[in-house]
Amino acid sequence: MRTRTARRISQIFFLALFLWFCVTTTLGQAWWQLRGWPVNWLLELDPLVGLATLLTTGTLFAGLLWSLATLVLTVLLGRFFCGWLCPFGSLHQFVGWLGRRRKPAPEKARLNQPSRWQVVKYWILIFLLAVASADLLNRVFAPPRNLPYFLWAVVAGLAVAAFMMSRKASRPAQRMLAVILLTGCVWTVAGVLTGDRQSLSASLLIGLLDPLPLMHRSVNLVLMPMMDEAPIGLAGGARFYAGAWLIGAVFLTAIFLNLRTPRFYCRFVCPLGALFGLLGRHAVWRIGKRDPECTDCHICERNCEGACAPAGVIRTHECVLCLNCLAECRHDLVGYRTTVSATGELALPDVTRRQFVLSALSGLAAAPLLRLDGQLAGNWNPRLVRPPGALAEAEFVGRCIKCGQCMRICPTNVIQPAGWEFGLEGLWTPVLNFRIGTSGCQYKCIACSNICPTAAIRPITLDERLGRNRFAGAGPLRIGSAFVDRGRCLPWAMDTPCIVCQENCPVSPKAITTRTVFSPVATAGELLVADADAQTIRFRSAELPHGRFATGDYYCRIPEDNASGPRRIVKNTDRELTLSAEQPLTRPPAPGARADILIRLQQPYVRPEYCIGCGVCEHECPVRGKRAIRVTAENETRNPDHAMTLK
Amino acid sequence: MDGGNPKNDSTNAIKRREFLIRCAKAGLSVCAAGALSYWFYDPHGPQRGSPKQTAGVRLADFSIPGQKPGMGIARGMDRAQTVRQAMQAVGGIETFVKTGDRVLLKVNAAFASPPALSATTHPQLVAEVTRLCLEAGAVEVIVTDNPINDPASCFALTGIARAAESAGGRVMLPAEPFFRPITLPGARLIRNWPLLFEPFKSVNKLIGLAPVKDHHRSGASMTMKNWYGLLGGRRNIFHQDINTIIMELALMVKPTLVILDGTTSMVTNGPTGGSLSDLKETRTMIVSTDQVAADAYGASLIGKTAGDLPYIGMAAASGAGTADYALLKPVFL
Repeated sequence: MRTRTARRISQIFFLALFLWFCVTTTLGQAWWQLRGWPVNWLLELDPLVGLATLLTTGTLFAGLLWSLATLVLTVLLGRFFCGWLCPFGSLHQFVGWLGRRRKPAPEKARLNQPSRWQVVKYWILIFLLAVASADLLNRVFAPPRNLPYFLWAVVAGLAVAAFMMSRKASRPAQRMLAVILLTGCVWTVAGVLTGDRQSLSASLLIGLLDPLPLMHRSVNLVLMPMMDEAPIGLAGGARFYAGAWLIGAVFLTAIFLNLRTPRFYCRFVCPLGALFGLLGRHAVWRIGKRDPECTDCHICERNCEGACAPAGVIRTHECVLCLNCLAECRHDLVGYRTTVSATGELALPDVTRRQFVLSALSGLAAAPLLRLDGQLAGNWNPRLVRPPGALAEAEFVGRCIKCGQCMRICPTNVIQPAGWEFGLEGLWTPVLNFRIGTSGCQYKCIACSNICPTAAIRPITLDERLGRNRFAGAGPLRIGSAFVDRGRCLPWAMDTPCIVCQENCPVSPKAITTRTVFSPVATAGELLVADADAQTIRFRSAELPHGRFATGDYYCRIPEDNASGPRRIVKNTDRELTLSAEQPLTRPPAPGARADILIRLQQPYVRPEYCIGCGVCEHECPVRGKRAIRVTAENETRNPDHAMTLK
Repeated sequence: MDGGNPKNDSTNAIKRREFLIRCAKAGLSVCAAGALSYWFYDPHGPQRGSPKQTAGVRLADFSIPGQKPGMGIARGMDRAQTVRQAMQAVGGIETFVKTGDRVLLKVNAAFASPPALSATTHPQLVAEVTRLCLEAGAVEVIVTDNPINDPASCFALTGIARAAESAGGRVMLPAEPFFRPITLPGARLIRNWPLLFEPFKSVNKLIGLAPVKDHHRSGASMTMKNWYGLLGGRRNIFHQDINTIIMELALMVKPTLVILDGTTSMVTNGPTGGSLSDLKETRTMIVSTDQVAADAYGASLIGKTAGDLPYIGMAAASGAGTADYALLKPVFL
């Protein structure tokens, strides 16, 4: 079998596998639903996810260890992942092929010439890793605050050493050491001067551009929902995702750019590809020409996916190992071997020091800059209700890669991609929108926490969520708290019975309780008794709407007679009320006495000590626009400083 | 300039034929545009819409004609046993389900809650009634409900789906096209309202299976309230007049039988419950041809009387059944 055929089979296999995993990311027990399928596997193979979360958290979470396999293979083989495995790359390759298939060979070769802008993806990578690395640098260089004088002495010593070394530096290694020492000094000084970790903080932005989260997000939140409405719908009905247009627009733009330049995204944008380019620097095998002399036909560049110029000085870091050059060279001059190409090669991208410093500095500045809006401090957005198990916000944004797996697995469609109002860090992270979906956050469900590939929503058990057994002492996980809007609530504002929220509250005892009040109903003129017995009252002149008060919610009270409370009305004509036989009047009113008709209302109250913020009440509230009971992130367990009431 | 350079004229001038063709094409385009504009011309603009009238459906009367009203009440904790006993007391399943019948079981699967919490119809009961129907010769048993929580989750977590399917029944989850508008003659609330009609299309028998539950708004949720789960749309606005809607539901649905499961009743925190401490062992299974009577008796299981529940009196007064269950001469086992 030709190696190129093997590559195509591999690409088709992994693209199909990716799509299959997207299909199986559906809660259920059928064989095609989530029941042990390793649906996160491709995300876990992504070393950028592994490396960036390692930077932000100092740990490599569970399945992310898989990225080590990719890393090792890339170090040995080069960017095989891009050419053989990456589903996004395969898609680009296919569309790029569609775009150029009718073009003459020289035009194809021209489209695949290296561009100096291919360096941009390395800037992006450096920027994204720098954004993620502040915490690590803090940890390494953090000054022990209780030893300020000693510390200053050490810093001064290091600075002098760095200065001396850089002056005498002749060898690159020495220079590198000097740079590291100097960075450490600057960092330490900055840490001491600002004295506040918040201003030197890390964030995780790789999810915006990393191809695997991007592709998962696009398929989960745009492509699949468009099919869910069809009769073959996988998720069991139409799904909605707020702001999906933007995710779709990014995806389609990335795809359509292939018509301009093949693998546009891979060549110019992809930070994962850039990481692979750097990792493959010492690859044991690489593409290269056997002999510098050739006919210069450039046929090898006709379908060169990486635009790495195999005919000339090959850019090894750009080569995605598509092996088209190898297959197409008519003189069999190109090979995948241990030796360097006969026409020379460039193992590393041409990132100048200035570019590196600029990218890294802007990355380091980005997270503090993003946090100036105070969303992680006092200006936290109360609408940011995260799924149960989500970490405290600062840790959460250090882990979430915006892949949308939680949003896809959620059986009720309540988890939504956050929009711009939650800042760039919050963009496309999971937020609960109780107006969307089939119910609120389902009480006995922990699907999202167990699918999250990076433990931004950490894996919890039902016991922990509900505060049972081992967790009885800790109580249930609260994701927010419900608030009754008394200006909109029917029993509060409109004298209309309702309490749908109370009925649907799933916790026991219910977090929504009610108080019964009897509110007077306006009638045309005073109701004056003509004659009455224990169960019927006839009025002198009244025009009561026939039967209106017979619904079981209306009561009659004689204000003069304080002893007997309101009596339920079971029947009414225009002049006469019949009261319930269960509670007849103890003392029938005298003729001329005034009677009131009251409506019995149960007014809902939230008991914050029981409310877990599941939002079923908000979802069910019959005031459909702006709901009369709404959940905000107050009192959520994950951020103790959002606590609202005394224990 | 008119006239222009004679040399230009001779080289650039178009032939008469070409000019005529061009004129004809231009004329056609103008005519087409004019015709299309006339075709779509709307001098009045949109008018105030009138409510969309779709052909309504009616629910058949599923009760057995000429059948004497009856009620069987069995005591015990084993639902499979008590439902068979209570069924025997009203004449046996053969009286109600004949060979070749297609039976619809309307369960209460409102919440995604495990069976132990008794917020939904117990799967053991669903399985046993399914088996009973099949034993009596039914060719199909459909189990349905339009739950409040996510339907698929509800049927899965309550255990109803698995129980029904393992006993040979078929679960029908609600879907948008399954709803058809219904108007109950003389009703105030059920007017042109979406009803889960699809499961009714093929069946000729209907059995309601409901647990006994506390319900803060209406007092108690039993067999009549269970029909609420046949409604679609924004049905929870009916909570504003809960007793009337339950009465109208009882008038709309004329079941073959209702089965009220009071083996464990939810006495507090209803209708969701959520804790075993909300439940009470009441060891009772009621099979009845009269839903009002069944509910009137069921109320006593959670410490209420029929008089405490306005909808029972209203339903009885409107002719949906009798609140005085003693008239049915219930058989106690």
